Amino acid sequence: MKQLFSKEFWQERDVEMFIGQQLRWGVITASVIAFVGGIIYLANYGGGTPEYHVFNGAPEYVRHLPGIFHGVAQLDGRAIIQLGVVVLLATPITRIAFSVVAFAMEKDKLYVVITLLVLSIIIFSIFSGLGG
Amino acid sequence: MSILLFSLILLAGAFMAGLLGSLTGLGGGVVLIPLLTLVFHVDIRYAVGASLVASIANSSGAAAAYIKEGITNVRIGMFLEIATTTGAIIGALLAIYTPTSLVAILFGVVLLFSAAMTIRKKNEHGDNTSNSKLARILKLNNSYPVNGEMVPYKVRGVGGGYALMTLAGIVSGLLGIGSGALKVLAMDNVMRIPFKVSTTTSNFMIGVTAAASAVVYLQRGYIDPGIAMPVVLGVLAGAFGGSKLLMKMDVKKLRLLFSVVISALAIQMIYNGLTGKL
Repeated sequence: MKQLFSKEFWQERDVEMFIGQQLRWGVITASVIAFVGGIIYLANYGGGTPEYHVFNGAPEYVRHLPGIFHGVAQLDGRAIIQLGVVVLLATPITRIAFSVVAFAMEKDKLYVVITLLVLSIIIFSIFSGLGG
Repeated sequence: MSILLFSLILLAGAFMAGLLGSLTGLGGGVVLIPLLTLVFHVDIRYAVGASLVASIANSSGAAAAYIKEGITNVRIGMFLEIATTTGAIIGALLAIYTPTSLVAILFGVVLLFSAAMTIRKKNEHGDNTSNSKLARILKLNNSYPVNGEMVPYKVRGVGGGYALMTLAGIVSGLLGIGSGALKVLAMDNVMRIPFKVSTTTSNFMIGVTAAASAVVYLQRGYIDPGIAMPVVLGVLAGAFGGSKLLMKMDVKKLRLLFSVVISALAIQMIYNGLTGKL
């Protein structure tokens, strides 16, 4: 009960609420982008036949950011959907970045380090080229 | 079937997956992968990619609501995310060398396990007797609200929990699911964290874990926009509807029924894997 009345407790709750809001906005933004991309994609390719029973992989240009941005500039439906996917992937990653700041504000050095470690693992996964 | 019809049916299917996933707490992936592979005959690699994206959507959407209630233990989540993200990358790497039939079999086994987990006895009340030094150093002990009062709990088995979380990460990266059931097992049974806290903290972690491996899958072309679009929109709408329904209905019977359905799907996945159909 004691900590419920402490100043620190409420300050921390504020940060958590902020992070919660950020997650929600990330998801909403991603869905709106994917929806718009979906309409354009279906308008252009809706009549085609899906061929997902054999694995060829997604088109090369939607596998990396420069290709996706290039496609978005040309209003390519697939690229716009994939931009939505990228926003969705970025949502939990930004949450980690915000948490670093939140722990720093609480002067919790141990958790600043732990959170930075999680962030580095994810950044490693992005730039390691493990995806080939 | 045209792409338009395929997208619309998949949208409806993903909606059901999100609805059931949120009502039972298992997440959308466990229904989505059998749906894509067994019903739509989609290659399991596309299914894994789509399911990962869906689990991120699901987790981020629900985490916002749970953090508000103040049950999630952000420190436990963050500390264990070191284990799950490392595991997730290992899992995504292993996926290159794992034949798709083995992925199907493993998925079936994890599905059976998840079904058993939904109907098991839950660790309602935490433990307040642990004297773990590691838990103290890492500031994992906390309290959570029960009927308006803050009840303290102490964490044990930090090493064991960490190890099991690494495994949960590998499974998540390899099979494209949130592996919430494994995460809850690590936190409930090993670390003795009260059920309410472990469920919400697990959900909080799923998005970060999935993002670590999804990045690799995106670069490898497992995430196809044509499948991702109906899946993300359907699962999100379903999960949102599910969280509204959850407040109004008693889900005990539904969970039992769902476990039976999931077990049947699991056996079919294992069978198809063994006969080389997937």
